[in-house]
Amino acid sequence: MDEATINHLLIVGGVLGGLLIVAPGLIWLERRLLALWQDRYGPNRAGPFGVLIVLADTIKLFFKEDWIPPFADKVVFVMAPAIVMITVFFSFVIIPFAPGIIVTDLNIGILFFLAMSSMGAYSIILGGWASNNKYSLLGAMRGAAQMISYEVFMGLALMGTVLLANSFSLVDIIEAQRGMWFVIPQFVGFVIFFIAGIAETHRLPFDIPEAESELVAGFHSEYSGMKFGMFFVGEYLGITLISSLTVCLFFGGWLGPDFLPPLVWFVLKTFAFIALFILLRASLPRPRYDQLMEFGWKILLPLTLINLMITAGVVLMREG
Amino acid sequence: MFSIIRSMWITFMHMFHKRETVQYPEQKNKLTTRWRGRIVLTRDPDMGERCVGCYLCAAACPVDCISLQATEDEHGRRYPEFFRINFSRCIFCGYCEEACPTYAIQLIPDFEMGEYDRQNLVYEKKDLLIDGQGKYPGYNYYKVAGLAIGGKDKGEAQNEDPPVDVRSLLP
Amino acid sequence: MTLYIDNKPYDVKAGKNLLETCLTLGFDLPYFCWHPSLGSVGACRQCAVKMYRDEDDKKGRLIMSCMEPVANNQRISIQDAEAREFREHVIEWLMTNHPHDCAVCDEGGSCHLQDMTVMTGHAYRRFNFKKRTHKNQYLGPFINHEMNRCIQCYRCVRFYKDYAGGKDLDVFASRSNVYFGRHEDGVLESEFSGNLTEVCPTGVFTDKTLKQHYTRKWDLTTAPSVCQHCSLGCNIIAGERYGELRSITSRYNGAVNGYFICDRGRFGYEFVNAPGRIRKAVCDTEVVRKEEVTERMKHLIGSSKVIGIGSPRASVQSNFALKMLVGKNNFYHGVSDNEHDLANLVIKILHEGPAPTLSMKEVELADAVFILGEDLTNTAPMMALAVRQSVRRQPMEQLAHINIPAWHDGAVRELVQEQKGPLFIASVHTTKLDDVATETFHSSPDEIARLGFAVAHLLDDDSPEEASLSPEESKLAQKIASILSMAKRPVIISGASCETDHVLEAAANIAWALHRKNQQAGIVLTLPECNSLGLAMMGGHRLEAAFNAVLNGHADTAIIMENDLYRHGKKSIVDEFLKVCKNIIVLDHSPNPTTEKANILIPSGTFAESDGTLVNNEGRIQRFFQVYEATENIQESWRWLLGLGTALGVDEMSHWKSFEDITQAIAKEEPFLKNIDKVSPPAGFRINGQRVPRETHRFSGRTAMLANINVSEPKPPVDSDSPLSYTMEGFRGLPPSSMIPFFWAPGWNSVQSINKYQQEVGGPLRDGDPGIRCFEPVQTSKIQYFKSDPAIFESQEDHLLIVPLHHIFGSEELSARSPAVGERCPAPYVMVNTADSADLKIHENEELSFEVGGQPYQLPVKVSSEMPRGMAGLPYGLPGLPFVELPAWGILNKEMKWMKQQ
Repeated sequence: MDEATINHLLIVGGVLGGLLIVAPGLIWLERRLLALWQDRYGPNRAGPFGVLIVLADTIKLFFKEDWIPPFADKVVFVMAPAIVMITVFFSFVIIPFAPGIIVTDLNIGILFFLAMSSMGAYSIILGGWASNNKYSLLGAMRGAAQMISYEVFMGLALMGTVLLANSFSLVDIIEAQRGMWFVIPQFVGFVIFFIAGIAETHRLPFDIPEAESELVAGFHSEYSGMKFGMFFVGEYLGITLISSLTVCLFFGGWLGPDFLPPLVWFVLKTFAFIALFILLRASLPRPRYDQLMEFGWKILLPLTLINLMITAGVVLMREG
Repeated sequence: MFSIIRSMWITFMHMFHKRETVQYPEQKNKLTTRWRGRIVLTRDPDMGERCVGCYLCAAACPVDCISLQATEDEHGRRYPEFFRINFSRCIFCGYCEEACPTYAIQLIPDFEMGEYDRQNLVYEKKDLLIDGQGKYPGYNYYKVAGLAIGGKDKGEAQNEDPPVDVRSLLP
Repeated sequence: MTLYIDNKPYDVKAGKNLLETCLTLGFDLPYFCWHPSLGSVGACRQCAVKMYRDEDDKKGRLIMSCMEPVANNQRISIQDAEAREFREHVIEWLMTNHPHDCAVCDEGGSCHLQDMTVMTGHAYRRFNFKKRTHKNQYLGPFINHEMNRCIQCYRCVRFYKDYAGGKDLDVFASRSNVYFGRHEDGVLESEFSGNLTEVCPTGVFTDKTLKQHYTRKWDLTTAPSVCQHCSLGCNIIAGERYGELRSITSRYNGAVNGYFICDRGRFGYEFVNAPGRIRKAVCDTEVVRKEEVTERMKHLIGSSKVIGIGSPRASVQSNFALKMLVGKNNFYHGVSDNEHDLANLVIKILHEGPAPTLSMKEVELADAVFILGEDLTNTAPMMALAVRQSVRRQPMEQLAHINIPAWHDGAVRELVQEQKGPLFIASVHTTKLDDVATETFHSSPDEIARLGFAVAHLLDDDSPEEASLSPEESKLAQKIASILSMAKRPVIISGASCETDHVLEAAANIAWALHRKNQQAGIVLTLPECNSLGLAMMGGHRLEAAFNAVLNGHADTAIIMENDLYRHGKKSIVDEFLKVCKNIIVLDHSPNPTTEKANILIPSGTFAESDGTLVNNEGRIQRFFQVYEATENIQESWRWLLGLGTALGVDEMSHWKSFEDITQAIAKEEPFLKNIDKVSPPAGFRINGQRVPRETHRFSGRTAMLANINVSEPKPPVDSDSPLSYTMEGFRGLPPSSMIPFFWAPGWNSVQSINKYQQEVGGPLRDGDPGIRCFEPVQTSKIQYFKSDPAIFESQEDHLLIVPLHHIFGSEELSARSPAVGERCPAPYVMVNTADSADLKIHENEELSFEVGGQPYQLPVKVSSEMPRGMAGLPYGLPGLPFVELPAWGILNKEMKWMKQQ
């Protein structure tokens, strides 16, 4: 094995390990932040600042009865949570954490991400279907519609940055932001991408597939134990993914003043967006399903198209 | 749009508010006497058991977690032979206290009764009976009830005439 | 007829009063003093309604609905504000003196006064003056007295004195001080005193045995059952709590016991809870587990010649299972040979004779009764109560002419005064019915039979003649014959209690002779035990044959089921039988001398722990249901035998799995019992997919009752033998009449809720009174009269003819084990005539020794002028009194007496 391979393996291991720590860490972070914004303390008993609550929760999840309902489609039921984990992990392949710290710099990076997040829809649909339960099925239907719809202008919103950077590779895109973060020319694109990202990860306020006040727990009503845990981890990794993509595409990725190393810049920026995700959850109510779809197709889609046209026009104008 | 941002801002600013949480085991809340916690059986002012074994608490209990058996002493005073509450089932609704005609069963502001073994949540009479009157001092059921018991014959309760002399025809 | 209630027309029946009509229509109208069996007196003023002259009358006037006959196009209002206010005030007045003690009152939860108070809406006490109080009385081991609670409805004395003929309960003092009780403390003498607990609308009279282990009605697990303490098969409700039988109450059956039961049935249940019950299987002094018993018995029975001895107190199912296990030829009746023959004779009379056998309801409606040789009050108490009603009712027939309805109790009593219907009693000794009898005749059983034959001959010349009667006897016979022949619905009552076939034959001859003239004439024959008739119907050999089979070596193993042989065979013979018999397998629930001798003792369930079927004296097949699953190793005899039969591979039994299968097999095998499977719905029966719950919806303590043993509640047992469940879940409407576990209706927690279960108030239950009769009278013109010739009784020197005397408390085996009934059991004695005692120079309570059939006795003497000369009465079946077949001559042992006098 040459040094490059070892280095590469180290990066893969590092990314994987980092993500596995981040996911449960986010659970703790979310609970603490939510508490902070709701005048509470949140988990503060187990370990320093209650961080070990995550460990306790994980142990609890592992030891819970791994129940598969007798009426469920067993194979699909087990597969569904695995899909969400796998697709999200795959998406991280293209994320450049710092110069050189990237699993693989695909020249179609963004397309790969879009492909993977489309695959994620399967986990919701299959999970809801296999549960063989009306609430799960309703949740899955909503989830499918929501994810597919928002995927459309999520992709379109990114095209602006692609045009500006003239590349699908994330490393190229970040490098292209050395002069100016794309959030300035592509502000509309950023807003739409972020909204679509929330919908993609079906986080509050767009957690319509789960909507516990109407659908028990939506597509994962029947899940318990570590299978439920996998959905949970998938969701938090999804948040991390969207946050890091936002950072890469619009906020210059690892770029920042030299007093901090690039990786730290990247992590700081990402966590800022994760906190924004949590703040959204803390403050906004859930819209109705039809409102959500209307908002997507009637407002966001035209806006994205206009944004794309203007960007294209500007690019053409500058080149021409 | 503005309202969304405003509500996010308001939520964000809550970061700097005072915490509402009471850090329970270290700090304790003051509970009112009407708090519905652990159930006790009280005694009347003469230190006799107030419970007369009427079964109304058991009947009122929505989770059926009270069972008892009434019995009598040699003078006709009723008391429970055993009185059992399964606190692993109790929902602390207080219906038993409302149903009790003698103020015997009372819910008190104590809720710290966790156990590692569920079996220990089954309380018998010896665990329930206290040496006091609880929330309703002064009440003595047998002083108002018509039944004769040891130390209180017919006609000696509150608001009672002496027993009728059946052989008298006087008005 | 149309009655307008609150401006709505209803189609109603004429001849009733407004109160019963409203209740029949399902209205909730409060009442106290009225009772369907006792009629109306208008004492409590509670059932007031508004009555209007016509449609235009808006004012109306208040009337007592119980005192007003229904008329066509009558207009009344129950909901009228003034009427409601009036009813509320009446309750408020009644409550001024009612003590504040519902919490410690046994009636609470099944109290008519509570129900009515809630119904009228009176909630707050406004009366601030002092309450009247009363002293209580000691009324014996059955009834508790708490006079403070009285609301002066007079129901108790009207039931006790007027209805049941009691003499020692009355009303004393005056005005608002009236007192219901005895003239002094003492045991209530009536055999029906227990019904006061159900008749009293509040808690003045309550069940003292229930008080020992008090449980509210809503907490009892109850099941419909049938009384096991005499042959009448009164319907009862048995209630359990904490694995103990807690109370017995009457279960209304319009054809059998109506609203009431006797004290033996009500208070004789506690043998079930006896600490000495057989609870574990024992093989040769070694306690064995349930599973092992069958294994051991299998070895024992497989290799030996087995006989089975059945029992008249075991269910049809148990006896049938035993019969199938040992084979028809090895099945013996566990009753004395005399009783065996008498039971067969009863079947012959009822099955082959033309006269129908009557239910108690039909006896109540009889207008002339002739009782031969029975002391009904002590052998079949409820039949005595029915006879009393017949005597009370007959004079009321004249009322129809002067337009007084029969329910108008006050007016009826004014008119009837001391008139009584015809009742003739021929018995060996005085009976409690003598006070209402037209004529009584006390003599030996054979003499009674001769009188009977004479009466039969007078009624029909085809009946054999009975010549040698004394002039007085002939005169009596003529009087009886003439009155019986004039009656519209005459009834002849006899039974097995004087143990003489001639008496039964004479009774049959009279009934048949009467029946030839009058199709309505009927016969009633009583038997010794609850299932005597069911056992006799199954066929089987005499007990003596069983003894001989073992003594002669034809058999070496005996299965004795629920039977104390010492009560049915002479001690010396039974002793020898049990000694010779190699293996004695006994199934029983209570210890007795027979169980002491068992090699293998198997704990069987009492009626409360068993499902089964009984056949009563009328030939009515009735089902009783298990009240609760027995603990430990106890199970029904038939279930033990079924397990054994399956293990042994007995052909007929191998495909039986459950109660239902045995019952089906009986229906197929036993011609008399072909309808046994139709008596109650099959085990798979469901209403809306639900079982009928044994527990009320208020049942309490489910999650705490057993929490002291284990905090995780066990699954409730599942009943595989009946459509009843052991839980509070299930169908809440009216169940089929044969399986009513308790009477309850919204707003009616007391037994008065029976109104809601009847087709019309006081009538049959909604889908007919339960039980199927298995005898239908034979339509024949030619009657085969009995032609026996009973001997003329002549007293003999140094001999006394010993006849059995029955006692309601004591003569029956199981009830006598209950502490409360035991307290009322007489001590063993022998009763002789006053003149005889003078001849013998013996005084009351001195001991007389004599010998009957080789069995020596030495007993204190009771002297009675009513005991015929030359005869002596020996109590039947008292605990501690050795068995002997009676009537038989007793040889006086003067030397013993002389020695005793020293």
